[in-house]
Amino acid sequence: MSIHLLLFLAFGAVCVAGAINLLAQTHPINSALSLIAVMAALAGEYLLLGAEFVAAVQVIVYAGAIMVLFVFTIMLLNAGVEERTTGSRVAVLFGIPGMLLGSILVGWVVLRHSGTEAVPAGALPGDPRTLGQLLFHEFLLPFEITSVLILIAIMGAVVLASKPPTSPAGKVD
Amino acid sequence: MVPLSYYLVLSGFLFACGVAGFLIKRNIITIFMSIELMLNGVNLSFVAFAAHWHSLAGQVFVFFVMVVAAAETAVGLAIIIAVYRTRETLNVDQVNLLKL
Repeated sequence: MSIHLLLFLAFGAVCVAGAINLLAQTHPINSALSLIAVMAALAGEYLLLGAEFVAAVQVIVYAGAIMVLFVFTIMLLNAGVEERTTGSRVAVLFGIPGMLLGSILVGWVVLRHSGTEAVPAGALPGDPRTLGQLLFHEFLLPFEITSVLILIAIMGAVVLASKPPTSPAGKVD
Repeated sequence: MVPLSYYLVLSGFLFACGVAGFLIKRNIITIFMSIELMLNGVNLSFVAFAAHWHSLAGQVFVFFVMVVAAAETAVGLAIIIAVYRTRETLNVDQVNLLKL
């Protein structure tokens, strides 16, 4: 058993445990913390695959920025323990077996048909220089379009989250 | 040396967990986090296939997925705040009208 496989199993175990914990916890802040654990372990998997820059961005943007936004929202809205309703019981009844069935099916098909060709550690060095050249030459148009998308998203977030204008006194709208 | 299929199985499991969380959870913020989990599962298979086919395009796609996820999070959390301001609840069963 190589060190590569051992590291894959270790990071993969953290991923699986975090994903299951996200489902098991009832308080959103615990789910958010386990999601951060999943993302950090996924960064380790990316490092094993040789994608160094993606791993760094995963930690900074995903586990850092996006999850901080989630935690801030949870604290801002003072979200408590979620209550169970009849609808969610039906979802548990069908959701958990569906999830198990789906992952077993995917695992069986993939393990059966994709062969045993191994991906060597660091097979494809994803250093910032090569990735940047690819991003700004071949993928220039998608890059520009995503910049417009994120600009629209920022404006939309500001408009949606801002307080509605208060109506003048004595006037009912 | 780890077979490609192991990465794909892990990715599929993360995606399945995300789908299950989306169905089971009643808290709107946790449902949102399940979507993030699904996106992360997809990202893992992008990077694994990039290493398998020796093409860096897979890693570039991961950045696009991250940008879309960030935009989605910004707008989605703003919508959640707007919903909470009018409904005073985060339970999706009680949010049955799109009208604010």
